Amino acid sequence: MMRAGRAFVFGDNIDTDALAPGAYMKGPIEALLPHCLEATDPAFARSVRPGDVVVAGRNFGIGSSREQAAQALKLLGVAAVIAQSFGGIFHRNALNLGLPVLACADAPRIRAGDLVRVDAAAGRIENETTGAVLSAEKLPGFLLEMLEAGGLVPYLERRLATRRPAVPPKAPRSGRA
Amino acid sequence: MAMTLAEKIIARAAGRDHVTPGEIVICRVDLAMIHDSGGPRRVQPILERLGVGVWDPAKVVLIADHYVPAFDTETREIGALTRRFAASHRLGGFYDGEGICHVVLPERGHLLPGMLAVGGDSHSPTGGAFGAYMFGIGATEMAGVLATGEIWLRVPQTIRLDWSGRFPRGVTAKDVMLFLCGRLGMDGGRYQAVEYTGSAIIALPMQERMTLSNMTAELGGQAGLVAPDETTLAYLRAAGVAAAESAPWHGDPDAAAERHEFSADTLEPQVAAPHSPANAAPVGSYAPTRIEVAYIGACTGAKLADLRMAAAVLKGRRAASGVRLLVAPASRRDQQVAAAEGTLAILEQAGASLLPNACGICAGYGDALLGEEVVCISSTARNFKGRMGAASSRVYLASPYTVAASAVAGRIVDPREMLDREAA
Ligand code: SF4
Repeated sequence: MMRAGRAFVFGDNIDTDALAPGAYMKGPIEALLPHCLEATDPAFARSVRPGDVVVAGRNFGIGSSREQAAQALKLLGVAAVIAQSFGGIFHRNALNLGLPVLACADAPRIRAGDLVRVDAAAGRIENETTGAVLSAEKLPGFLLEMLEAGGLVPYLERRLATRRPAVPPKAPRSGRA
Repeated sequence: MAMTLAEKIIARAAGRDHVTPGEIVICRVDLAMIHDSGGPRRVQPILERLGVGVWDPAKVVLIADHYVPAFDTETREIGALTRRFAASHRLGGFYDGEGICHVVLPERGHLLPGMLAVGGDSHSPTGGAFGAYMFGIGATEMAGVLATGEIWLRVPQTIRLDWSGRFPRGVTAKDVMLFLCGRLGMDGGRYQAVEYTGSAIIALPMQERMTLSNMTAELGGQAGLVAPDETTLAYLRAAGVAAAESAPWHGDPDAAAERHEFSADTLEPQVAAPHSPANAAPVGSYAPTRIEVAYIGACTGAKLADLRMAAAVLKGRRAASGVRLLVAPASRRDQQVAAAEGTLAILEQAGASLLPNACGICAGYGDALLGEEVVCISSTARNFKGRMGAASSRVYLASPYTVAASAVAGRIVDPREMLDREAA
């Protein structure tokens, strides 16, 4: 289980344009980091420290499929995102990049600055500041395995090392003759 | 056992006779679409790290549309890397500057009913208009697909949105989706499979169905399906597809689905206020709102059908002074047809400036972005704060009819009056 981190709290519908603004998408991810969530909380990127957690309401990460949205949080050191619900693609992206995401109906009970400890495998969130223990949706086993491996790439590295690719599919023909 | 359309496609791709909502399955991917922003520049390093090539290059289509045309050193490098990737793999298709991926992919005959397809872009549900289960994924997951040809799915529930009756003149698929975003919210689709059904949907031409499926992304669905029929097959034939089947790709009538019913007859043109598609309301409910930019663009709102809608309003009319009318046709082919039939001339005579067949302002990329405090009405899908330019700019979303009529009036107006009344 991770150590406790400070909570940075956001509202509903935090979108991927806020997490990874279009203007910084063409360059390296490092150039985007200072602008992550800038339109919502200009101080976020410079205040967040490794191990902190992001807490939000409904629909965190809606919008684009750009995974820089999840990658920026990960590289800023965010240890986990706790939200009432997530945009579907963001949720997949975060797990693929090894960023724990926890869907928790009680996320709004966490206040900015609370010290929060997250156990993704158990679906358990401890608020050290208030003493409250919240439960989050549990992830299926293979996604936890991927998360523990550090994301899809290290997970695949292992898998490809131990297994040859599956047989070619018997799929419908491509649209072009 | 009875299955919905989504379940039939997923079961087939998972090599199963039957699947049940909630279970997790591994599917073989029939088609993977990538673009220049999330494609080669992001997946290549991962494939190299994994030490593998593309599992089946013939099933991969690469479309350069986001950084087209390049506008500085970095975007020129992205273009070069994209072209090199295409040259070094024998891909099923590579289109550079031919238009926006979601429009070009079916236009060139790559999509078939019944396919399980992924796209490296959030508007990939557009493929659902053809009865394909297509959804968007990020670059790392796409690299995984390119390496293995597989993807996991949690079998979705099907949410049927049934539209009876017929949409009145001046009311479009875009209005349907803004209305639905307003009514059900941006998480109304709950990352499940949305299926559009009913007499009003069946009557829609292909590119209007594409707008429905496209904006399923804004509705929060994973996929947005329309069961294929003769309209679909006719489109595919014109796109050069030799043989496609529609018959197997229909949900069973008794399959379990959540169902919502709507009447098309009473729907009015909708406008979504800044900064969310869910801020939708009938156009008539807006207080006079001045606009400075009118944008007909994007996969959502600048296909041939959309250009024709704009032209129906703009014929014999001009954009108000002080309004910049910008048109970025969604594909080169659509633009060519629009030019040949006179649609484009109507737009140009109305004062429209033509932009490249690419994502442009919609992606928030490039140099034509909205300035500080600028108020824009746009036929695109998203009006998130700062997406199309300055954080202080304000974007209203509407159909191409409404955008065009508002350009003429200089403020947000109901297009039906102009449609009913020929320009003097
Ligand atoms: S036109 Fe806009 S919505 Fe469509 S793919 Fe491009 S950026 Fe995305």
